[in-house]
Parts: sequence; C-alpha cells; structure tokens
Amino acid sequence: MKNENLIQYIYGIADNALILGQRLSELCGHGPSLETDIALTNMALDLLGQTRSYYQYVARLTGDEKTEDDIAFLRIERQYKNVLLVEQPNRHFGYVITRQFFFDVFHLLLLQELQNSKDETLSAIAKKGIKEVSYHQRFSSDWMKRLGDGTEESHQKVQEAVDDLWRFTDELFHLTEDDKEAIETGIGIDVTNLKEKYNKKIKEILEEATLTIPEIKWFQKGGKQGIHSEHMGYLLADLQYMQRAYPNMVW
Amino acid sequence: MTIDLEQHIDANLIPILEKVHDPEIPVLSLMDMGVVRSAYLKDDVAYIKITPTYSGCPAMDVMGEDIIKAFADMNIEAKVSLVLSPAWTTDWITPKGRKALEEYGIAAPLEENADKEALLGNKKIVKCTNCGSTNTKLVSQFGSTACKALFQCEDCLEPFDYFKCLK
Ligand SMILES: [Zn+2]
Repeated sequence: MKNENLIQYIYGIADNALILGQRLSELCGHGPSLETDIALTNMALDLLGQTRSYYQYVARLTGDEKTEDDIAFLRIERQYKNVLLVEQPNRHFGYVITRQFFFDVFHLLLLQELQNSKDETLSAIAKKGIKEVSYHQRFSSDWMKRLGDGTEESHQKVQEAVDDLWRFTDELFHLTEDDKEAIETGIGIDVTNLKEKYNKKIKEILEEATLTIPEIKWFQKGGKQGIHSEHMGYLLADLQYMQRAYPNMVW
Repeated sequence: MTIDLEQHIDANLIPILEKVHDPEIPVLSLMDMGVVRSAYLKDDVAYIKITPTYSGCPAMDVMGEDIIKAFADMNIEAKVSLVLSPAWTTDWITPKGRKALEEYGIAAPLEENADKEALLGNKKIVKCTNCGSTNTKLVSQFGSTACKALFQCEDCLEPFDYFKCLK
C-alpha cells in the first residue's frame, strides 16, 4: 500500500477523533453540572490523545517532513476527512449526548476490528482506544436512557436531537477509495460490515430510552470526501487560531 | 545467553526510576504504576520505554521530561520513548502502589467485573478511603483525571476518587 493512501486512510479515522475532541473541548467549563463537564472534557482528552497517536504515526510516514501539530493545525478544510456527524455543533446537552452516542457505538465497533489490522501501529492504537471508548459508550448510553426516559422536556429534547442527527449516521458506513485500498491490503476495516451490529445496538438502547429512530430515506454525507457542513469552518478557525496567528509557536 | 533488552528493566536503574513520580498522583512512582516497560544502559545512554496509562494523559509528557532530569542528576543521558502495545492495565500497579493510592485517599481499582458493577451503581463495593465503609455511591464515572471516577461515602460523607479498572 502506498504511503499516501495509508495516510488518507488514517485521516478517515483520526480526524473523527480530533474534531469530536475539539467539539467536546468547547464545553470545558460549560457543562450542565460539574460532573458532566468533567466527563465530557475527559472524553475530549481521550479522543485528542488517540488523535496524537494517529498523527504521530502519519508524521513518521511522511518521513518526518511534517509534525503531528502541522497535521492537526495546518490543513485546510477540504483535507479533513471526518464525518459530518462529529462536526455538528453543541446545541444543548441532549444534543451533545446524542451525537456522542451515535459516534461511540460506531467507534467501539471500528476499534474492535482495527485491533486485528495488519498494520501494527494501528492495531496498537486501537487496542489502547478500546478501553477508553468502552467508557465513553457506557456514559453516553446511560445518558440517552436518563434523558429519554426522564422528564417530558428531556424526552422531547433528546428525541429532537435523535431526529436531527440520525441523517448523519449512514455516512459512517461509506467507503472511500482510500478505504477500499486499505481493506484490500488487510490494513483497513470494511465498515459496511459493521452497520447491522450498529443498528442493533442503537435500537436496543433507544428502545430502553423510550426513543424512536426517525424513518428517513435521505442521509447526508460528504465529510469523508472533505466536503463539510457550514459548521466546520468556524470550528477550524477556533482550532487553528494559535498556529495561524503565531506560525510555528510551541508550548 | 542474551537478554531481550526491550523486555528488560536493569535493576541498577530502578532506584533512579523510583524517584520519578506521577505529577498528578505524587505518591506513585513510575515503578509503582507499572508504566516502565524497559530500561537499560547502552554505551552510557539509558534507554527507557514507558507506556501511557490513557492515550491523552498529559502526565506522560511530564513524566518523560522528569525521567530525563532524574538521570541527568546522576550524570546519565536518558532517552525516553513511548510504547503503545501491549496497552497498560491497572493490573500493573504494584501492591506497594495500591497501598500508596489508598493512603493518599484514592480507592485502588477493583477487579474487572466488580469494577463494572460499581460503576453501573449496581453494587456498593468501593471502600471509602476515609472511614472504610462500603456504603458509598458513584457520583460520576469520570473524576478529576481520566483514570478516576468520583465517589462519595454515605456514612462519613467524604467525597473521594476511585481509580478505575482498565483492562
Ligand atoms: Zn467514609
């Protein structure tokens, strides 16, 4: 497999962790309670830690032409390969939890497969990540149940979030050309095989939460091709500010 | 006989590594935490491999620098690298480390199944580090750092951290 394909394949996984980590970081100090604030930022930290491992690997693949910081901060919007789901803004706590839940279930299934990748580094990062993401999924699933089966208002709000965010979930199972190439070489994971398990898990939790999956036929996609929603530019402006304003600054 | 250096911790280096502590849990040395995977001298340079507890643990960068400093104090140059695999587990915390945690006010990790029950709030089994009661409740699955959950004792009312089982 050519390095460039492998790098693109890694972006398809790592950028989800970076962008969702960034979204959760925005909540630092703004969580609805101290405990949830701490939980969300802890999850952000896990995701950003995983991102660093992936980007450090990419940096090595470029022959150290680039650093992990270059990769995180100096790409343009089209070069980020995260799914649309993770870049959706923090509207309210129920929305944040729903976005997290939809991603966590996928993330755990993905890492459970990626640990068997022929690529030793990706396998090691996945094994490490599984332990962390299991906690994330437990947290977001618990909250889906608490909010869905909570008060009338919490139920309504979280159902609205489910209705709004469900259209972004199908993209998780799309394959890019780089994905296909990575699958052929035994490095990549065929995510199309995860869809059934994903839907089953989501359905099981949502039922317990007294929530329903909307019946929609049209799903939104584009992030994996680098074509993002209107929210991405603002997110990147925030994320990249320091490196753009003070090029090459270090901590 | 040859020794696989990558799996080997040189006993002479252990006293130096024991001087380096987790910046967030200062009662634990790197050896107590079980994060040192290998440590050996080669051509007067100490090569140390450590494994991160959590991917995003900010303490890891600090620990790397502290190791270099501790060796520099002994006039030894040290090179530190991170290894991800095999992934760290709380089983690697030594008995001495567990004891130090408890004395510091952090409940040591339970074994995997008990941990799950405790974190789901199904069973009251996490022992209060203040009074020893198991009449404790989970306040939050995530505590002040990624590795801990927050509990409160319902007898003495003391809030305390619980070091989550990671396997
Ligand atoms: Zn007590």
